[in-house]
Amino acid sequence: MSTEDPTSVNSPEIRRLARVIEPGHSYTSVTDKISSIVLTRPVSIGWLAGFAIAFSLLMLLTVSIAWLIIKGVGIWGINIPVGWGFAIVNFVWWIGIGHAGTLISAILFLLNQKWRTSINRFAEAMTLFAVACAGIFPLIHTGRPWMAYYMFPYPSTMGIWPQFRSPLIWDVFAVSTYGTVSALFWFVGLIPDLATLRDRATSKAAQIIYGMLAMGWRGSARHWHRYQSAYLLLAGLATPLVLSVHTVVSFDFAIAVVPGWHTTIFPPYFVAGAIYSGFAMVLTIAIPLRKAYDLEDFITMRHLENMAKVMLATGLIVAYGYFFEFFMSLYSGNKFDVFLVNQRLHGPYAPYYYALILCNILTPQLLWIQKVRTNVAALFVMSLVINLGMWLERFVIVVISLTRDFVPSAWGRYQPTFWDYGTFVGTIGLFVTLIFLFVRGLPAISIAEMRELVAHTSEDHHQ
Amino acid sequence: MKVPHANVCYGLLGEFDTPKELMAAARKVREAGYRHIDAYAPFPMEGLSQALGLGRKHDLVPLIALIGGLGGGLSGFFFQLWVNASSYPMNIGGRPLNSWPAFIPVTFELTVLGASLFAVFGMLAMNKLPQPHHPLFNVERFKHASSDKFFLCIEADDPKFHPEETARFLASVNAQQVTEVRDED
Repeated sequence: MSTEDPTSVNSPEIRRLARVIEPGHSYTSVTDKISSIVLTRPVSIGWLAGFAIAFSLLMLLTVSIAWLIIKGVGIWGINIPVGWGFAIVNFVWWIGIGHAGTLISAILFLLNQKWRTSINRFAEAMTLFAVACAGIFPLIHTGRPWMAYYMFPYPSTMGIWPQFRSPLIWDVFAVSTYGTVSALFWFVGLIPDLATLRDRATSKAAQIIYGMLAMGWRGSARHWHRYQSAYLLLAGLATPLVLSVHTVVSFDFAIAVVPGWHTTIFPPYFVAGAIYSGFAMVLTIAIPLRKAYDLEDFITMRHLENMAKVMLATGLIVAYGYFFEFFMSLYSGNKFDVFLVNQRLHGPYAPYYYALILCNILTPQLLWIQKVRTNVAALFVMSLVINLGMWLERFVIVVISLTRDFVPSAWGRYQPTFWDYGTFVGTIGLFVTLIFLFVRGLPAISIAEMRELVAHTSEDHHQ
Repeated sequence: MKVPHANVCYGLLGEFDTPKELMAAARKVREAGYRHIDAYAPFPMEGLSQALGLGRKHDLVPLIALIGGLGGGLSGFFFQLWVNASSYPMNIGGRPLNSWPAFIPVTFELTVLGASLFAVFGMLAMNKLPQPHHPLFNVERFKHASSDKFFLCIEADDPKFHPEETARFLASVNAQQVTEVRDED
């Protein structure tokens, strides 16, 4: 499985960087270590402080949404020509972040990559929480969220049906399917671990709750057999699904005739951007998590370095996308497209464009250097920079195109208000709150898969 | 037949330390002619179900998922066609009402949704889960089946089952500990 040069495997440094689990672990020790985070570890001051900050931001979200429902979408900076604004920027950003979770759990599973094992569980949780944050935006942007069920095809007394030729309806199906399948995938993976927690819990309440969630799982060979085929099928189904979701999201733009949106490169470049930002977010979560709960044995340098490599690769695809967007606009000779490029470079929003290039293209080039890839602090900072860059990318795409389309009389400016920022920061609060609760309530690393990894590595060792 | 009343013997449970020992024992138990057997492990073990004599046909989950996927995709496609071409036709720029390429994204999503839901709920149904009560949970040591020990159970309804002989046999295939499983509630 290992890919390193056979002549240098004896170097201790190379071996250290190639390990997916530190040596010396047994079935008992991985089970104890991971389940103790949930079952026995006392609540720390750090956890409480972090949770309090995240929860207060979540309260900001509830206030922002309540005020929005009372007053209407006029409290936001949206107007004609920018009718979408932060809502779509944040929606695309959050949905994109979710993609790394599915990539890690499904695509790396199909490719038989052992290093996915200790990061897939919380990456999947991240996917679910990111989809939850994303789903809020189109819903509240409708202005009348209590009418959102109009988007689903149901036999109404009005005799009307949704327009299935519209990318916005495709989005409804893509995102709701994505949320459902991600939740199924996550839950199926959790079943054996919930049984472990049930069997190790000492308090009655924990035994009952985990017992109900584990549904009577007992690790029977027959059960495992069907379980594995269901898991493999889900991985196979989630792989094209994750590629389709951001493709459909990019259709929201690409199907329109607005300059800067109407391009065929959008689907692949959106998918690459999604994976790019998602891996950045996985690093943003993994680095503090392994530090706070002493999980360096399980989330090793190999994991961090591999994720950095994936970021570098997808970052290059994104850079290619930017370049070709630019090139095709100029090469087309279409005066509106040429003008849009000019506006990105010299218009009122040019600083955002340059910041985007700095965050998304220039900074990640440092990842070519192994010293940077194995420097935890540098990776953490870089993951934040890339997430900012990916947010700026969506802002540039949405705002510059909408404020500079065909006729000067339709031009305008977009100024987000306090409530725009409040809602956005609020969803970050929701996301972090859910992550904090998840870390203490469910095993953040798949225990069953770690035991499997221990079994395989000890076999390798004996041979 | 197992009768669900108090204090019946469910079977004999042998405990093993390593996956290798369990695998070897499973093969021997199968060779000795026992058929109503099951093994319990804290992680999926390759080849264990084959060692217990469970063939490929035992696993219907892929077929169930295929049915779910086909059902989701076909009903999704024809539903869109019916809605946009027949029940509520909308003329958008004079384009044909049966604009089937525009129906593909939703058809694809519903195929994946149908297959995934059927795969998961099919797997749970075939495994007869949720199942809150099982006689094995009466065995104190069985808690380790979800963390670090490996178990093999020869069930009492096996034609070859004999309380003493089977227990001796389990010990002879290197079971660390042999426990009688009773259903007593």
